[in-house]
Amino acid sequence: MSGKRKLITFWRVIRNGAVNFIRNISLAIAAMAIMVVTLTIVLFSWIVNSTFTHTINQITGKIDISVYLNDNVNQAQTGKLLKEIKSLSNVASVQYLSKSQVLAQYEQQNASNKQLIEAVSETNNPLPATIIIKPINLNDLESIKNFLDQPKITGLESAPTSYSGQEKEAIDRITHATNVLREIGFIAVIVFAIVSVLIIFNTIQMAIFNRRDEIHIMRLLGAGTAYIRGPFIVESIIYGVLAALISILIINSAFQASSGTLQASSLGLLDINYANTFFTNHFLTLLTAQVGIGMVIGAVSSFIATRRYLKFKIR
Amino acid sequence: MILLDRVSKTYSKSGKPSLDRISLHVEPKEFVIVVGQSGAGKTTLMRLLTREEKQTSGKIIVGGIDYDKLKDKEIPILRRKIGVVFQDFKLLPDKNVFENIAFALEIVGVSNSEIRNTVPKVLDIVNLTGKESNMPLELSGGERQRVAIARAIVRQPKILIADEPTGNLDPKHAWDVIKILEKINRYGTTVLLTTHNQEIVNKLKRRVVTVKEGKIVSDRAHASYKI
Repeated sequence: MSGKRKLITFWRVIRNGAVNFIRNISLAIAAMAIMVVTLTIVLFSWIVNSTFTHTINQITGKIDISVYLNDNVNQAQTGKLLKEIKSLSNVASVQYLSKSQVLAQYEQQNASNKQLIEAVSETNNPLPATIIIKPINLNDLESIKNFLDQPKITGLESAPTSYSGQEKEAIDRITHATNVLREIGFIAVIVFAIVSVLIIFNTIQMAIFNRRDEIHIMRLLGAGTAYIRGPFIVESIIYGVLAALISILIINSAFQASSGTLQASSLGLLDINYANTFFTNHFLTLLTAQVGIGMVIGAVSSFIATRRYLKFKIR
Repeated sequence: MILLDRVSKTYSKSGKPSLDRISLHVEPKEFVIVVGQSGAGKTTLMRLLTREEKQTSGKIIVGGIDYDKLKDKEIPILRRKIGVVFQDFKLLPDKNVFENIAFALEIVGVSNSEIRNTVPKVLDIVNLTGKESNMPLELSGGERQRVAIARAIVRQPKILIADEPTGNLDPKHAWDVIKILEKINRYGTTVLLTTHNQEIVNKLKRRVVTVKEGKIVSDRAHASYKI
């Protein structure tokens, strides 16, 4: 076949697929509905996952170790201590705040509470100079703890070291919950993808059955395999594309609906605002991925169905 | 044009062969009638020629194509070279006359402008000009069969196979169809016609091949037909 004829045939295959889609709409709706559910789950899991990751990173970033120095520690001792802490393996950063810096920070943080500020300024700055250590790995604080627990260092401290220990436990719980949710999402996606494939498979099987006379005539008139098979594959790719668009619309309107009622309140770990921003910022990526997944599910299932039910071999 | 050399077809392993070592040679531009009662093997012969079935043994060469060397994916190419007309017309009920004929051109990638050019010409040959937009169900049996013939010849095949094309038609319409087949033959197409209509055979005065119980029992030029 010449190039021009191939092109004409290609367009006819696409057009016939679209026509078949319309002719087959009652069957197509069932196939698309299950695909919409699948793709919505994919999209939802994706957004929830990235929102959790974001939340964990945010909380993790706040975890630090504070060493409170007593007022007798001189500059040389402080310098030596800072140097020693920096040389520890699990330390990401070390920050020294002098007494006046701590006071300034305290005043800033409690700007709304005048009584507290007055209480502090009446005395001669009771707040200690502080060394803030950010660890690299939250699960390995032992090496830092061992170092700070040495008597020569505890002797310099005005108060016991603060480890943000409770926050660590909270993070562990969140991470665990996220992992569980991730697994549930993954399994749900797989299960629904398989169900989608089976239903599309069935739909195409029905379509082949409904059009068996036409297919037989096409064969007798010398239609090539691709010309007979192509429209079925195009048809189920259309299911995928439409289902992807519908699932994006569903998630979009869910955000629209939630923005009014839930914006102020926080849904615990699920930061709706972040999820919404993520959806908006990554809209094109998400759309492309959804359409891509829909097309692949459609194409694969009808490829298998046509291979199985359009018997291309003769006896 | 058509060459069959000791061709047999058996459907089940133990059963009697539907065709038993048939040899037949048809020259280009010939008009050959294959006669025989139902079950004699006429339809099996046609199905072998269109490669709906594969022969059990023997050699088939049509238009230079050796069926033994034909791969499954080359079958469409073979079928594009042969025009086929069936007893039950095999028209698409949801397409009109024009679309049914255009269908044969669409599947081989002919452009729309060429289709608009070609279809009226074949409609003229089968005397159906003006019926382009009729649906098959609005036509008489004879008209439907002429649409099917138009569809079979629109790609200008060298060979036209007509399997009992008059089987479902009354005598008047049957004769209309036969006259069109003769016209197509005059234009240079080899025609292979199967029928069990004695009157048509006798009127046509063409080469007659008689098939009985899977065997060719006679092959005569300008013959008449007796059972």
